[in-house]
Amino acid sequence: MDLLTILQVLDSTVRLATPLLLACLAGLFSERAGIIDIGLEGKMLGSAFFAAAIASLSGSVWLGLLAGIGASLVLSAIHGLASITYRGNQLISGLAITMLAQGMTVLIAQDWFKQGGRTPSLEGGARFEPITLPFAEALQGVPVLGPIYHDLISGHTILVYVAFIMVPVTWWVLFRTRFGLRLRAVGENPAAVDTAGVSVVGLRFAAVMICGVLCGLAGAYLATGLQAGFVKEMTAGRGYIALAALIFAKWRPWYALYACLLFGLLQAVALRYQNIDLGAFVLPVQFMDALPYILTVVILAGFVGKAIPPRAGGEPYVKER
Amino acid sequence: MARTGAVSAAIELKGISKAFGPVQANKDISIRVIPGTIHGIIGENGAGKSTLMSILYGFYKADKGEIFIQGHKTQIPDSQAAIAAGIGMVFQHFKLVPNFTVLENVILGAEDGALLKPSIAKARKALTDLAEEYELKIDPDAVVETLSVGHQQRVEILKALYRQADILILDEPTGVLTPAEADQLFRILNRLREEGKTIILITHKLREIMDITDTVSVMRRGEMTATVKTSETSPDQLAELMVGRKVLLRVDKQPAQPGAPVLKIHDLRVVDKDGVERVKGIDLEVRAGEILGIAGVAGNGQSELLEVLGGFRAATGTIEMNGQPIDLTGKHSDGQSRRARGIAHVPEDRQREGLIMDFHAWENVAFGYHHDPAYQSGPLMNNAAIKADTERKMEKFDVRPPNPMLTAKNFSGGNQQKIVVAREIERNPDLLLVGQPTRGVDIGAIEFIHQQIVSLRDAGKAVLLVSVELDEILSLSDRVAVMFDGHVMGERDPKQTDEKELGLLMAGITEMPDKPIIEAVEEQLKAKQAREAAQHG
Repeated sequence: MDLLTILQVLDSTVRLATPLLLACLAGLFSERAGIIDIGLEGKMLGSAFFAAAIASLSGSVWLGLLAGIGASLVLSAIHGLASITYRGNQLISGLAITMLAQGMTVLIAQDWFKQGGRTPSLEGGARFEPITLPFAEALQGVPVLGPIYHDLISGHTILVYVAFIMVPVTWWVLFRTRFGLRLRAVGENPAAVDTAGVSVVGLRFAAVMICGVLCGLAGAYLATGLQAGFVKEMTAGRGYIALAALIFAKWRPWYALYACLLFGLLQAVALRYQNIDLGAFVLPVQFMDALPYILTVVILAGFVGKAIPPRAGGEPYVKER
Repeated sequence: MARTGAVSAAIELKGISKAFGPVQANKDISIRVIPGTIHGIIGENGAGKSTLMSILYGFYKADKGEIFIQGHKTQIPDSQAAIAAGIGMVFQHFKLVPNFTVLENVILGAEDGALLKPSIAKARKALTDLAEEYELKIDPDAVVETLSVGHQQRVEILKALYRQADILILDEPTGVLTPAEADQLFRILNRLREEGKTIILITHKLREIMDITDTVSVMRRGEMTATVKTSETSPDQLAELMVGRKVLLRVDKQPAQPGAPVLKIHDLRVVDKDGVERVKGIDLEVRAGEILGIAGVAGNGQSELLEVLGGFRAATGTIEMNGQPIDLTGKHSDGQSRRARGIAHVPEDRQREGLIMDFHAWENVAFGYHHDPAYQSGPLMNNAAIKADTERKMEKFDVRPPNPMLTAKNFSGGNQQKIVVAREIERNPDLLLVGQPTRGVDIGAIEFIHQQIVSLRDAGKAVLLVSVELDEILSLSDRVAVMFDGHVMGERDPKQTDEKELGLLMAGITEMPDKPIIEAVEEQLKAKQAREAAQHG
């Protein structure tokens, strides 16, 4: 395997890991505040559709991005209302949001575009274009480092860089700011936050809304960066893989990066090597395609060892008497 | 130290009333707390102490009445307002974030700016000063869940002091402490009083009131029945004020006439679902006609021991009942088979394990004994017979009201417990397991339940009593075994021991240490916490 092939696989890894990473960090904010969110999938899907639809109609990918984030925020607000304000079951609410998004996106797409539940292919300003980083061309000739800089680090869309920058930003917010301290506290023991005179509801809503913004970015990237338009159920379980990555990462930002890169790599390998000849037998393409999902199951089945989730996760806060 | 009526009270409540639906939790309560004193509030469970303090800390809004803090009329709509008014609260169940450090817990909600670093640095300095001023030493970088319960409580006090609290409310602070730790807490409270802080101590323990308070207010059924100077009252008088009639504080009993061993436990070990060993090889024996009391602070393996004996937890080792081994694997061990072997069980948590709160009293009385032929009528349950039997038991055990058709949750704590005790004792078991028989039970009912346990013993039956109340252990037991960290630290004759000796055993100390007791105790408790944390992984 030559350097070029490796770089191509890694390049693909970065692109495929991006939506996972954004969704995983979204889930991290929410779950660290004690709100379990299995509706990441639905929010990404809703955002993907509205980002593609508005980009297609307006010709501006930035308007599309805003629409995607907006759609995701609306779904987040529903989740917040159900699980924080009305203390409903967070799993049911998350599931309902995903089902709502799966049905609604296709329905509206058919009504608006009459293309069988998809949006038209996006072109030009309606898509995020790759960014060439400074000196990428000039340095291309430098052995090893040149191609790595040119092919792997440079040449992605803006949202890829945003996703990767969000890792240290998330870490900093969680562990170096007052907001982060309170957010982590509310996911561990909301009563401690409440008796300290800080609003539990306010903090949890803030976390859920941040989750909405990040899911919006993830969905918009899927439809306007990674691919050129929305197709039915294009998230393909990425929201759930992000959740698995979150558990694998033990709810920590840097681990989340590594977990998402691992899942991204598996997807990239599956895309590139459709059949792997191991000599004795051939791994069929179906197996390779299923690999990320199989890994998800294996990880969720407890392979991760002891991952201690935020203690108050999934429990609505009720003041005790 | 100003203790005259001329100064404005630290806290003055005037005519506070609060109702929850039809229940009047607080009725027209007025109280004056003088600055620089320790003011005790005593009352039975459900007397309204916690409601009153919750109003003061902004958890509830009073229906009527006024609050004055340092002479100024104050509205307390939420905890933030209470903190701003200089009130700090140490709850019975600590409000700490377990995986945060002491410093992080202290600054939570009282940070100085959006970034943590300056706040942490300031709190570190403040904690050093507070430690010196009030002898509240603690490692600021320790993670709270690795601290002993006594030290966690210290963090709560530091939290309040860091927020400039002048008035400190402590709700049942000694419930989870060993006696040595409780002494240490009282030394800290004395120190705080000397420095001019005002302390409100809520408790149901008469001894604590007598030991440390300057003034005591008694609550009964939502009303403040009396406020007296502690030096001018006595435990008997306070008990009478709490209950509304004369009560017997000591248990009246004859010396035991122990017979043959009924229960023999050898090398019993229990591992919980997290892989932590909770019972670490204990040997015990209970004979007919005696009460064996198991003393210890909650969480040292007593609950697990009761659960194994009661048949709802698996274990290794051997247990013999009347000379025959009983199954511990969990395959053939359940409440049913235990009862068949003559074991009856009054569980520690009556509301979760002893009763179904939404079921009628008669249904609750049938539980576990529903296979009794007297309760059957062909293939059906003979409900009329069960109701009649329940009514008889309720009369005999003075359950009020004696109505089998009432649901369990409509009885007071004491009467709920009497239903459970009646169900178990009336089956005339060879061995009665009793866990925390008087937790949350009013004094009047305590007296009655204690008498029933003693008369079962006098009838030649064996009783295994687990209680975290040392007074209860000392007054009921014929022999006392002390558990610490899954081990039995020793057995004592209650007539030849005292609280001090038992208190040391409860902290795992078997010989008089050559350093200050509190240091030895804290060392032991810290080591225990560390072992548990290590097993958790």
